[in-house]
Amino acid sequence: MRDLIGYLLKRLSWMLLTLWAVYTVSFVLMRSVPGNPFSGERSVPPAIERQLKARYNLDAPPLQQYWDYLVGVVTRFDLGWSTRLEDYSVNQVIAEGFPVSVTLAIFALVFAIIFGITAGVISAVYRRSTADVMLMAAAVFGIAVPNFVIASLAILLFVFMIQLFPAGGWGTLSQVALPAFCLGLPVAAYIARLTRTGMLEMLTRDHVRTAFAKGLPKRTVIMRHVLPGALLPVVSYLGPAVARVLTGSLVLEKIFALPGMGSHFINAATQRDYTLAMGMVLTYTVLLFAMNTLVDLAYAIIDPRVKLQ
Amino acid sequence: MSSSITSGGPVRSGGNATEEALERLLAESREIRGVSLWQDAFNRLRRNRTAMISLWCLVLLATAAFMTPLLPLQSPIDKDLNNRRFLPPNLQSVVLGGRPGLKFKDGKLTSELAKFEASLAGTQKKLIEATDLETQQKLSNEIESRIAVEHPFNQMWNNLGGVAWWMCKVRVAVFGDYAIPSLFGTDKLGRDLLARVFWGARVSLIVGIVATLVSLIIGVSYGAIAGYFGGRVDAAMMRFVDMLYSIPFIFVVIFLVTFLGEETVKQELASYGIDQITIFYIVIGAIYWLTMSRVVRGQILSLRHEQFVEAAKTVGASSWRIVFRHLVPNVLGVVIVYLTLTIPSVMLFEAFLSFLGLGVSPPDVSWGLLLNDGVEALSIVKVFWWVVVFPGGALAATLFALNFLGDGIRDALDPRMKNRD
Repeated sequence: MRDLIGYLLKRLSWMLLTLWAVYTVSFVLMRSVPGNPFSGERSVPPAIERQLKARYNLDAPPLQQYWDYLVGVVTRFDLGWSTRLEDYSVNQVIAEGFPVSVTLAIFALVFAIIFGITAGVISAVYRRSTADVMLMAAAVFGIAVPNFVIASLAILLFVFMIQLFPAGGWGTLSQVALPAFCLGLPVAAYIARLTRTGMLEMLTRDHVRTAFAKGLPKRTVIMRHVLPGALLPVVSYLGPAVARVLTGSLVLEKIFALPGMGSHFINAATQRDYTLAMGMVLTYTVLLFAMNTLVDLAYAIIDPRVKLQ
Repeated sequence: MSSSITSGGPVRSGGNATEEALERLLAESREIRGVSLWQDAFNRLRRNRTAMISLWCLVLLATAAFMTPLLPLQSPIDKDLNNRRFLPPNLQSVVLGGRPGLKFKDGKLTSELAKFEASLAGTQKKLIEATDLETQQKLSNEIESRIAVEHPFNQMWNNLGGVAWWMCKVRVAVFGDYAIPSLFGTDKLGRDLLARVFWGARVSLIVGIVATLVSLIIGVSYGAIAGYFGGRVDAAMMRFVDMLYSIPFIFVVIFLVTFLGEETVKQELASYGIDQITIFYIVIGAIYWLTMSRVVRGQILSLRHEQFVEAAKTVGASSWRIVFRHLVPNVLGVVIVYLTLTIPSVMLFEAFLSFLGLGVSPPDVSWGLLLNDGVEALSIVKVFWWVVVFPGGALAATLFALNFLGDGIRDALDPRMKNRD
């Protein structure tokens, strides 16, 4: 238990350090752009410009701004105001986009894990069969082809040619299915390969031979004695998988026009909405850190040989 | 073998027989060729059929991309909004410079080129006849500015470099006005997709190679220095890498690209002679060096107490020389394996950013940008499949080949795979 708390504290301090570094770098970059966010547009009367600057706290000296924002984030979790979306705070934008992105990510991950492990087990158990060759070819395809290519082809096929899914929108299961499939496919392919390698290695172990020798049915041996060991690499891949799904959702939300965090982030980046973009980067950092810590914990629970450090 | 010497020696008298036996031995040993690590790896790679097919495909692709200006393609940037929007793949013949809107003489590039050169001829003649330096300077400036503004090539191709300009000239001289028909169809602005896929290949491949080289240089030097000096230097340097690892880089890079895309920043950078695409290469390269540095550091750590390092130290080699002349060549195998895995991910990242509208910006073309155009065109009621399928296919095939080749090279350089097939 003390291990655990120590570990969590250590991770937390790393996260804070990282966040501080990301914040400082983004702040310096943001402030080194000449002018202010409103100078590019049509010229506004000086009085209004003063009002604008006061609202976004741009009239304070840079160090004061740096400190104020930091205090706001630490004490109130207040990420400031978006400079492009009228009357939206960054927190509101994130609160709107977060559920969409998380739902999409969860669907994609669940699909990837189920599909990937099943494919990996089948191709390892029936090694060198047609099914194995086909599944592994599909896995190479899934790893090599970028997910936005898969998504565009999937739209072409399943939305326009065979009208199976709606083209866009958000809310129903059939609207989530296609983006989640495209998002999960590369991860599923990777998991399938990892599972297959792990299974093949475990199948040659002594305890598996013993299990077969004492007459257990094949099904029991594979489910009880082979699969748990074979899944260890898969569990450790889940951390990178989460990162991959989150970055992948940037493009997929754009392609399918979903109102998630990813599409907000891309819009913020293309429209040079610095406060929103910075708030998003900080949020993503926290998210990834939290997910990685969870995965590490899960790994330590599954495999007692692993010590948290 | 040794038995033949001992048995053959005493029976025949004299040293002649021993010499003969020795000679035979030597001849035999001369026949045996030592196989270097690289040769061995290459032999193993050659036996891997998928890897070899991938290698040839990639060589072909690289050659085609390099030779693009020489190929009889249509113009990648000439728009025709009236007659040629979203033409499906077809075999209709096309004349280069034939669009009425261009107002080329006779509707041909060659005639226009001849006309332009004829109009320049007068000035050029004056330039040759001119005697004083000032007039010469003035006239050559005039010629240069006219070429920059009025030359018909500027309407057909975008921003040609020196070599590409010369290649385009050769192409016009050899093929004249002939251009391959729009085999891949045309896009929403009536531009030929075949030409755009070819010109996009240049950008995508160059990004892949240059960014990988940047990451190679940073990663290998960083890892080698950390590994060689060890101790506190190593700990500090690797802690820094750990911290960078925990930053979600894609998001930070997008933020950075946003910043670099700002007009004022662009102008400032341009005043130092750096254009946006160079920054783009460096930024991508700068985020892919982390794993490379870790791998190299691990290898160097295990090598730095080897005898050849001691020997180099004894003869007074500097640390710099030991690291870069003695240690780095020894980790080349790992570096190459990792390199083949970096190139596809860098190309993918370029396509990803361009697809989001944050990477290569028009009128330059890259595969990611073409795909972006394609996906935008998809949302229209009619299905324009060719605008997605061809650029997507090109990108997917290249990444496919690179992945297979990477796997092949990794297996080939792995000594455990020796004599296994």
